[in-house]
Amino acid sequence: MNLVSQITKTMLHGAAEMVVAGHRCVCDPSGAMYLEDDRILVVSDLHFEKGSSFARRGMLLPPYDTANTLAALGRVIARYNPASVISLGDSFHDGQAAARLPEQYASALGQLMAGREWIWITGNHDPEHPADLPGETFTELAFGNLVFRHEPSKKPCSGEIAGHLHPAAKVVRRGQAVQRRCFVSDQTRMIMPAFGAYTGGMNILSRPFHGLFDAQAIMAYMLGSKRVYPMTAKTLYI
Amino acid sequence: MSVGIKENLARLQWIITLTVVSISNAPIADSGATLLPPLFLNWFQAKGWSPRAHQLQLLEQAQAGNSALLIAPTGAGKTLAGFLPTLVDLAQRGKSNAPSRGIHTLYISPLKALAVDIQRNLAKPIEEMGLNVTLETRTGDTPAYKRQRQKLAPPDILLTTPEQLALLIASKDAGRFFEDLRFVIFDELHSLVTSKRGYLLSLGLARLRRLQPGVQTIGLSATVAEPDELRGWLVPQTGGSALASLVKVEGGAKPHITILETEDRVPWAGHSAVYALPGIYEAIKRHATTLIFVNTRSQAERLFHDLWMANDDNLAIALHHGSLDVSKRRKVEQAMAANALRAVVATSTLDLGIDWGDVDLVIHVGAPKGASRLAQRIGRSNHRMDEPSRAILVPANRFEVMECQAALDANYIGAQDTPPLGEGSLDVLAQHVLGMACAEPFQADDLYAEVRTALPYAALPRDTFDRIIEFVATGGYALKSYERFAKIRQTADGSWRVTHPRIAQQYRLNVGTIIEAPSLNVRLTRQRGKGANARGGPVLGKVEEHFLEALTPGDTFFFSGRVLRFEGIRENECIVSNAEGFDAKIPSYAGGKFPLTTYLADQVRSMLADPARWGALPDQVSDWLRIQKEKSVLPQPGSLLVETFPRGERSYMVIYPFEGRLAHQTLGMLLTRRLERAKARPLGFIATDYALSIWGLRDMGRMFKKGELPLSELFDEDMLGDDLEAWLSESFMLKRTFRNCALISGLVEKRHPGQEKTGRQVTVSTDLIYDVLREHEPDHILIQATRADAATGLLDIRRLSDMLSRIKGHIVHKDLDQISPLAVPVMMEIGKERVPGEAHETLLEEIADELTREMSDHS
Repeated sequence: MNLVSQITKTMLHGAAEMVVAGHRCVCDPSGAMYLEDDRILVVSDLHFEKGSSFARRGMLLPPYDTANTLAALGRVIARYNPASVISLGDSFHDGQAAARLPEQYASALGQLMAGREWIWITGNHDPEHPADLPGETFTELAFGNLVFRHEPSKKPCSGEIAGHLHPAAKVVRRGQAVQRRCFVSDQTRMIMPAFGAYTGGMNILSRPFHGLFDAQAIMAYMLGSKRVYPMTAKTLYI
Repeated sequence: MSVGIKENLARLQWIITLTVVSISNAPIADSGATLLPPLFLNWFQAKGWSPRAHQLQLLEQAQAGNSALLIAPTGAGKTLAGFLPTLVDLAQRGKSNAPSRGIHTLYISPLKALAVDIQRNLAKPIEEMGLNVTLETRTGDTPAYKRQRQKLAPPDILLTTPEQLALLIASKDAGRFFEDLRFVIFDELHSLVTSKRGYLLSLGLARLRRLQPGVQTIGLSATVAEPDELRGWLVPQTGGSALASLVKVEGGAKPHITILETEDRVPWAGHSAVYALPGIYEAIKRHATTLIFVNTRSQAERLFHDLWMANDDNLAIALHHGSLDVSKRRKVEQAMAANALRAVVATSTLDLGIDWGDVDLVIHVGAPKGASRLAQRIGRSNHRMDEPSRAILVPANRFEVMECQAALDANYIGAQDTPPLGEGSLDVLAQHVLGMACAEPFQADDLYAEVRTALPYAALPRDTFDRIIEFVATGGYALKSYERFAKIRQTADGSWRVTHPRIAQQYRLNVGTIIEAPSLNVRLTRQRGKGANARGGPVLGKVEEHFLEALTPGDTFFFSGRVLRFEGIRENECIVSNAEGFDAKIPSYAGGKFPLTTYLADQVRSMLADPARWGALPDQVSDWLRIQKEKSVLPQPGSLLVETFPRGERSYMVIYPFEGRLAHQTLGMLLTRRLERAKARPLGFIATDYALSIWGLRDMGRMFKKGELPLSELFDEDMLGDDLEAWLSESFMLKRTFRNCALISGLVEKRHPGQEKTGRQVTVSTDLIYDVLREHEPDHILIQATRADAATGLLDIRRLSDMLSRIKGHIVHKDLDQISPLAVPVMMEIGKERVPGEAHETLLEEIADELTREMSDHS
């Protein structure tokens, strides 16, 4: 049985491995995904400067979200040392966020980018290339059997790796509900969890996810603090 | 309104009975002659009444320029007494014909409905005396055009709520609006002051005093244990400990309270009064109108359902609680006022002094935990002071039998104990500071001095105040990156002012301290089994999101007096259909809301230890205690009994601190950590109001006896140090508290201009904000506020700490072969209640591993 081989393979660092359109994908508990064979690290929905974006509108959220997101990104890059990084859209919370990036964060980001290929996929929050930052910008990008874009297509789409929806899954036991961000996949496509510190999650059983996946094969890979927990559809709640 | 006339008659009757009946302090006609203008004396005379002593005393205090607290039992004519100074003053003003521009008297009550009620009651004497006095209400329901008109042409008397006061003082024309203010009347003061609402109100009062230094306050309160706290609250605190004058009405007729006598077996545990159903039904039949109070919404649902199942005579029995749709509640209230109902099952929504027609019996299901609440409730059954109120207590389990008996023995009911006022919370202060900036620019020194005149903030340190200003301005973060986004900014003259009109607009939409738990509409569909896609029908009410979290489609539960089947969630609605059958699968009991008070705990402990007092208890309960005495020992007041025994594969420890569920839960969390460290391999715990049970894999009794884990060490007070810290840092309770603080302080918004956000759509989860903030600034002012809140509210740390120091050196260990009689109730709760704080990570692991095994078996 295919699912079994997927479920049982828990790797180093608590990551889980799965296959999407023939590519081996390592799902890291941080919410990043690593294509080991090609040394490509993918992160989605970083939402840098979300805090200051809210502050502009009068909600003075703690201004440490970018620092947290960068630190998490730094840890996962150090872990896998990827040759390429793909940021799958909504990397910045608004059009001016990149320009607003405080100097120390801009330089920290620069250090992470140094020595590797860096690809910005545009998202609805950041339709342009981020101001003054290196890297290349695409609206979508094909690689092997895979295609990387921010918003998932409405129809079944083999090999698509997308973000945008901030997937999360909920399980219930002994009257307690636990909701966590998750990867969601049916082996033909995948939607990645949001990586940013201030990004929450939307239940994958809710309407925006309807029709995107093969209901028989859908799996949620819930992010725990130290490992990824693969869950089948029947364990999930809304 | 169809019930108008009847209602007015009933109310008139109420005023008459209030005023006529003589009480322990008899009417003093003579002094009345000197205090009351002829118009009033004539009015009293025409009615054949005399003013009551306390009414005149209060008037005398007011006319002498004093603020005063009136303490009187329900039905003593408090309201008329409270307004007499106002009416007399206004009547005299009428003669002088001086133009008046502002509010003369502000009346503030905790409930909208109470303000509306008072308006109807007060209109009568005003009309009959022909006073030229205008009287209006202003609540959240008042339409915008009317509020606008009130600003332009203020009434003499404005009846309103704490939230409306906050809005009024935050407006630019507050100074003009209140320039003629003479009196502020606080109704039900005892119930207002102990909450965050009360803190905000105390700050509002401080502002009113600044706007109009001569303003006098009148507090109306039910009997309280510590009247001085309320007296202090009413007057400015400037260094010393100023107190308002006190006018006290003693007694009234003692309520006639009994414990329901029943042949049926009183259950060991649980909170439903199913066993007492026949008795309750009989009592309803014997009385004209009965109010039945229960502690939680789900208990109300349950009892209502069960009563209808037993309702062979088709008595008109209704249900009333805060989650029901407003129109449904109004219908019940109207039927009630028209005396068309035989019984109403209700929760706290029916609390406080609203007039409810001719209720002749109050039944209270569950233990009299919040005795102040109970006194309110019993007071409800009769507004006439000379006739005793009738009430029946229905204990739901054996411990509650003792609790009820102890309460009766100690003559407790009526002598209320409200919790101590406590220090004003900082999130409330932050909200107020922004509100004051919206009204007009302020100097920090001035506002600091003003705030400290409010009793809850009298001891506020200056640097805390300054940090709150920083928080309001830029978030108060060590990383000062929000200077350009500041909400308030200091200008050249040193005053703080709002940076943009939008800020004031946002403030107005977010004012208040009442945070509703995220809730969803419950919509009934006929299309069973269609899940969330079923077509909609009527909305039955609202249910909290956390309750739905653990439901799976097909589960059944009680709501709105029916058994419903959960179909699914669609956007902000919970879709349900009518379920077949009479039983709901999900009991949805969230535990008694009000923990056992310290006073009652002492009473129960001493009753338990004294067999001579058991005679008053039903045989089944006293027998139970006798067997406990034989098999184990009885818990003694000065010590802590620890029982250990094996059961199944596990070892159990049951202790009896009688400190209330919250303190026990905290203790349970902390002890489990310690047992974990001592390698006792604890698995879980359950806390009730009376006892705490912890179970684990290793024989704890043996560990205690062998000295491997001395009990004195396990229960050492130092658990409130590092262990508490460590637990709190990962506790979900703290996140919940943080959410409230974040909303009240204005860090995140309750609503945006033009759009109402629901709990489900909070743009940035406060949990994430909390995580980020705690990591980078664990000493941030909002984290401090959160911890302070949690320590008093959710964790009951003070009580736990008192208990630990009291039992030091007085721990009695009893290692038993089997469960003791006293342990049965708490053991029966196991599995029924959630174990709070259980590690989420463990749950995930468990499910994932189970899945893995299952899959491997199949392959």
